[in-house]
Amino acid sequence: MNKETPLTLLDKPNSYVGRTLSRDAAKRAVAGRGRYTDDIMPARTLHAAFVRSPYGHAKILSIDVDAAKQQPGVALVMTGAELAEMCTGPWVGTLVCFDGMKSEPQHPMAIDRACWQGEPVVMVVASTRAEAEDAAELVTVKYEELPVVIDKETALDKDSPVIHPNLGDNLAFEKTIETGDVEKAVAEADIVIEDTFTFGRHTAVSLEPRALLAEYDPGTERLTIHTSSQCPHMIQAVFARTLGVPEHNVRIVAPDVGGSFGLKIHTFGDEIAASAAAIKLARPVKFIADRLESFATDIHARENRVRGRIAVTKDGTITSLDIDVRSGAGAYSQYPRTSVFEANQILNITGGPYAHENYRASTQVVYLNKVPTSQYRAVGHPIGNTVGESLVDQAAEACGIDPMEFRRHNVMRDDSYPRISPAGIELRDLSHQQCLETLVQRMGYDALREEQAEYRKQGIQRGIGIAAFIKGTAPGPAGYYGAGGAPISSQDSCTIKLEPSGGVICMVGVTDQGQGVDTVMGQIAAATLGVPMESVRVIEGDTDAVPYGGGTYASRATAIGGEATYQAAMALRAEILEIAGVLLQAESDTLDILDGHVVDKGDTSSRISLAEIGRIGHFQVAELPNHIQPTLSATHRFRLRDALYIFTNGIQGAYVEVDTDTGFIKLLNHWVVEDCGRVINPQLADEQVRGGCVQGLGGALYEECVYDAAGQLQNATLADYLTPMAGEMPDIEVAHIQTHTGVSELGAKGVGESGTGAAPAVVMNAVNDAIRPFGGKVTAQPMSPETILKALGKV
Amino acid sequence: MEGGLKAPKFNYIRAESRQQALELLDQLGEDGRILAGGQSLMPTLNMRLSQPDTLIDINKVSDLSGITLDNDVVRVGAMTRHVEVANSPIVAEHLPLIAEAMEHVAHHAVRNRGTIGGSIALADPAAEMPACVLALGATLAVESINGRREIAAEDYFKGLYETAREPNELLVEILIPVEKPGDVSVFLELAQRHGDFAMAGLACVARVSNKSFEDLRLVYFGSEDRPTLGASAIAAVVGQPWSAECKEAAANALDNDLDPMTNLQGSAAMKLHLQKVLTGRALDAAIERAEAA
Amino acid sequence: MNETTLEISLTVNGEQIRKTVPVRQHLVDFLRTELGLTGSHLGCEHGVCGACSVRVDDAVVRGCLMLAVQADGAEVVTVEGLSESGEIADLQKNFVERNAMQCGYCTPGMLITASELLRDPKPTSREEIRGHLSGNFCRCTGYHAIIDAVETTINKRLEEG
Repeated sequence: MNKETPLTLLDKPNSYVGRTLSRDAAKRAVAGRGRYTDDIMPARTLHAAFVRSPYGHAKILSIDVDAAKQQPGVALVMTGAELAEMCTGPWVGTLVCFDGMKSEPQHPMAIDRACWQGEPVVMVVASTRAEAEDAAELVTVKYEELPVVIDKETALDKDSPVIHPNLGDNLAFEKTIETGDVEKAVAEADIVIEDTFTFGRHTAVSLEPRALLAEYDPGTERLTIHTSSQCPHMIQAVFARTLGVPEHNVRIVAPDVGGSFGLKIHTFGDEIAASAAAIKLARPVKFIADRLESFATDIHARENRVRGRIAVTKDGTITSLDIDVRSGAGAYSQYPRTSVFEANQILNITGGPYAHENYRASTQVVYLNKVPTSQYRAVGHPIGNTVGESLVDQAAEACGIDPMEFRRHNVMRDDSYPRISPAGIELRDLSHQQCLETLVQRMGYDALREEQAEYRKQGIQRGIGIAAFIKGTAPGPAGYYGAGGAPISSQDSCTIKLEPSGGVICMVGVTDQGQGVDTVMGQIAAATLGVPMESVRVIEGDTDAVPYGGGTYASRATAIGGEATYQAAMALRAEILEIAGVLLQAESDTLDILDGHVVDKGDTSSRISLAEIGRIGHFQVAELPNHIQPTLSATHRFRLRDALYIFTNGIQGAYVEVDTDTGFIKLLNHWVVEDCGRVINPQLADEQVRGGCVQGLGGALYEECVYDAAGQLQNATLADYLTPMAGEMPDIEVAHIQTHTGVSELGAKGVGESGTGAAPAVVMNAVNDAIRPFGGKVTAQPMSPETILKALGKV
Repeated sequence: MEGGLKAPKFNYIRAESRQQALELLDQLGEDGRILAGGQSLMPTLNMRLSQPDTLIDINKVSDLSGITLDNDVVRVGAMTRHVEVANSPIVAEHLPLIAEAMEHVAHHAVRNRGTIGGSIALADPAAEMPACVLALGATLAVESINGRREIAAEDYFKGLYETAREPNELLVEILIPVEKPGDVSVFLELAQRHGDFAMAGLACVARVSNKSFEDLRLVYFGSEDRPTLGASAIAAVVGQPWSAECKEAAANALDNDLDPMTNLQGSAAMKLHLQKVLTGRALDAAIERAEAA
Repeated sequence: MNETTLEISLTVNGEQIRKTVPVRQHLVDFLRTELGLTGSHLGCEHGVCGACSVRVDDAVVRGCLMLAVQADGAEVVTVEGLSESGEIADLQKNFVERNAMQCGYCTPGMLITASELLRDPKPTSREEIRGHLSGNFCRCTGYHAIIDAVETTINKRLEEG
C-alpha cells in the first residue's frame, strides 16, 4: 500500500478484507455436489447434436434430412435456413471503436456456405445425445469445396482467394499507433535488435465444455436458459435480440461453471440453435459441446506473427520500440466482441513497463478459413510481453548488461504516475521498481546466476528468465465496451439487503467460476457492514435475481463489482446507523457496527443487534418515527470514468533446465511478483496467479491448434492437443505489492490474467538464456523439443 | 468431422468361456471386435472411428489372465491387467525391462483396466509392451477354433497396427524368456508429458563383459510404424570396447535401421536424432548397470 | 440396428442397483443419468482428462472407458460415496483449506485418484504426487495447491500412524 492511501474501515484490525478465507463453493465441490449445467436434468429434456462442415470452405449445395428425421427418438431436424427464419440478425461482429473494421454477416448455422471446419450446418434434436448423433450420421450434405485461405502471411496477397467476396479482401481490421519518431531513434541508436516471433493458435480447453439448457414456456413466452457462461446479462441481451424474445422475458442462469477463461464470455451459433429448438418444441433442449466439438468450435486465439525492433543506446537505455503484427482470425469476426481485440491489445501493451518515448505499433488482422477467434485469458498480453521481453533480453545481451539490471534501468519509476504510455494508455499507481526489487530478493537472483554458472561447468544448461509486464484489467465504458456499441455492460452493480433476522443478502452482477468472486464480494460486504461472514450470502449468476451487470471478464470482478459492493454496503451501513441512532437516541456518527451489533465507536458492547434492527425495520416499523421509511436495501453501480482500463503491473521469474540433446525443457522454479492493488483474499489472488501461469506455460510449451493446408484441424483431441498436466509444472511462488488504485475507494485492481500474460514471456527468456552459449535462440511458441533442437542446429 | 462422443449402436456378447469367444470370433469375422481392457477400443468407439457390429467382451473369461514362471519362461495371460504386470514379483525379478517400462504406460487408472494382451494386439507404434516383448524375444500365442499357434515376436509385428494374428484368432498368452543372470536391461522413453505417446523410445537388453557388449538387443518404438530392431546399430556395437567412438558409430548406423514417421509430435529427422540420443544413453546406462551388478 | 439393452446388477456406493441399460452407454453416463450421481464428470470421453474417474472393485478407472454393462456384478464407488463414507474427510478438508480447486470440475476425479495414495500412506515426495496425479487434468489451479493439499494429508496420516 502506498503512503498516500487513506485508511478506511476496510483496514480495521481483523478486517475480512485482506484475509484468506475458504470458499463455501469449495465445500460442495469436494463432496461431488457441484451443480453444473449438464447436472440439471428436467423431465422430457431433448438433446441437440450437430452436423458440422468437414471442410474449411465449401458451398452447401443440398441437404437431405429425410432419413435422419425417421430415426428413433428424433424430435427435430433443422437446417441453417430454417433457423435463420426464427432469428433476427444475422450477426455482424464489428464494434464502432475499431475504426474501419469489416466483417461478413454470420448466421448461427451455415446456410449457403460453410467457412470453417466445424461450422454447424444442421441440428438434430432427439431423446438422447446418442440418438441425436445416430441421426446426424444419416444427414446427407452435398458440398462443393472452395479454395481455403489458411496462411495469414499470404491472405492479403493479390492472388489470394477472398473468403467473403462482399468484403473485397481478407482484411478484417488494420491499425497503426505512433508516438515520437521511431525512425529517428533507430537511426541514432547504438544498438538495434530486430526479430520475428510466431505464436501458435490456442483454445481454452475448459474442462467443462460449453453447455446450455434452454426451456421455453409458450404460455408466458418466457425463455429460461441455464448455461455455463461468465456473462449472463450479455447472453440475455444477445439471445433476446437474436431469437426475438423480449429481453425482460429472458432469464439466464449460470449455475456452477466448470472453467471458462474467457471462452465463456462469447456467444455461439449452436447455442442459439439449441435455444431456438426449445422455443419451437416447447420442451427443454440441452446442448453440451463434446470435447471434439469444443476444439472445432470454441473460439480460438493467439495466432500471431510479430516483427519487433528495439533501439537502445549503449548505456542500456531503450529509446524506441516498434512492432508489426499479422494476426490470424477465423472465418468471421466473433459476435459481439469481435476478433480484433487481441491484435489491438498487443499494440497497447508491448513494451509497456518501459519509459521509451518512441513507439510505433501496427497490425493487420486477416480472415482465415479457421475457427473464429476472440478474447481468451490475458488477450494479447502473452504475445506482446513475449515480444517486448525477448527484445529487451537481446538488447541487454548486446549491451553486455545483466537483464535484471537492464530492466531496473528502464522501467518506469514508481513515482512517475500518472502518465501516458508510449502506446497512449493512461497508467497510474504502478510499481515496477518495487516489484523488480522484490523479485530479485525472492529469486535469490545473484545466487541463482552463480548456481547457473556452476551447472554449466558440469555441462548442464540452466536458464534464468525475467519478464516485466503491464496488464489491462477492469475496462471502462470509454473504450471498447460501451463506446464500442456492444450490448455488454462495463459497469457493475450490487444490491445489498438486511434481512429480518439480521442476515445480509448481497446480489451482484459479476459472476463466479470458481476463482472465488462470490467469496470476495462477501468479504467486502461483511467488512464494510461489520457483520460476520457467515451471515452474508452472495447471490450471483441469475438475471432474475441480480442487478444488471457485465459478469466476469477482463479481470473486472473485484475491481468493478467489488467497488459497487463496497459502495452499496456503505449506503446500507449508513441507513442501519441512522435507524440505530434513532432507536438509541444517539448521533449515528458516534456509532459503529461490530460483528453484527451496533456499538459505540471504540467500544465492543452491543447497543443493539442488526437482527433487532432487521426485525424492527421489516415487521415492527411502528417503533420508528413516521418520517423514517426503512428500506434496509441499497443498490450501487460503479464504472471507470475516463480510463480505458485499470492497468496493473508485475514481473515474473523462471528457472529452467534444457536438455540440449533432446530439446526437452524442465521447469524448475517460477516466481511472480505482481501488484493488483488492494488484495481482498490473499489465497484466492495467489491461486489465480498460479493457475494463470500454468495456462500460459501450456501455450508456451505445448498448445497449438494445428491446421493442414486444406483447413483441417489435425489435433482436435485431448490426446493430441497437449495441455499442461501436474507432472511437468513447477511450484509457483507468488508475492503481491499493493498499490491501491486511485479510481475507486476499494483500491483493488484485477489479478486473474496476470499469470497468463507473462508466463510465456518469462519461460521463453529462460530457455533462450539456457541455450545462448550455443548460439541458439527460439522465437516461436509453442517451444516443442523440435523447435529447441532446430535452434541448436541439431536437427 | 461431426464431433460426437457417444458410441454408435452395437451388439454385445459377454463371452463366458475362451471357447465361446473363439467360436464368436470365427462366426462374426470382421463384424466382431474383442473388448478386453477397453482403454484403446473405447475412445475409438466413443469417437465413432470404429463401428463394430458386435463387441465380444472377454473380461469374464477366467483363464486368460495370470502370471506364472514356467522354467525359464514367464507366461503372461493376455488379459492380465497392466497393473498386475507392474506389481508382479515374477516380473520384477525376471523381466526387469518390463518392470521399468510400466511407469510409462499411460496412467495408472488406464493400467488398472488395460491389458498387456490388448496392447500387443493393437500394436500401437508408440506402445511400450510390443517393444519390450520384441526386445525380450517373446512368443505370442494365439488361438482360434482351429487350434493354437505360437508366433515369435520378430514375426508378429508386421506394420502400422498390423500383426500376424488372423481376424478369427485371439491372442491368449505371451511367453517371455526370463532375462538371464548377468544380462542388464534399460528402458528409455521420451514423451512430452507423463503418460503421453512416446516420441521416441528404446528397449534394450544386453550382456556386458569388460565394458563391452557381448550380446545386445535394441528395439526402437515411437518413431517407427512398429517396434523395430536396430540391427546395424547392434552390429556397430557388439564386440567393440564401449567408447565415444563406438557410441557415434552406433548412432550413424541407425540411419540404416530406422525410417521414422513424421507426425504431430515431430519430424522424421527429429525422431531419428532422438533415437540416436537414446541409444547412447541406454548403452551408457547398460554399462553402468552391468558394473553395479 | 436396434438399441440393444441388458439388465445389470451392481452395487453403487453400497447400494444394490438393478437397471436395464443400453449396452453402448458408458459407466459415467449411467451413473449420472440413471442414478442421478452427477458428481462424476465428463471432460473428454476419450480417457485423457480423468474427470470421469470412479472406483470399480476398489481400483480407480476411467469411467468413460468402461461400458455400464461391464460393471455388472461390480462394486462402484463415486465421489459421493467416498464423501459419505468419510474415508477421505481429511483430504477434503485440506482441499477446502488450501483452495485446491477453483471451478471444481476436476475435483471428484482428483480426489478419487489422490485417495489411492492415502490407503497405505508412505512418505511421498511432491514429485511423486505430481506423477501420481499426472493423468488428471486441471485447468484452473495450475496444480500447486492440489499437490500441497495431498502432501499435507499424507504427512498428517503418516504422523498419526
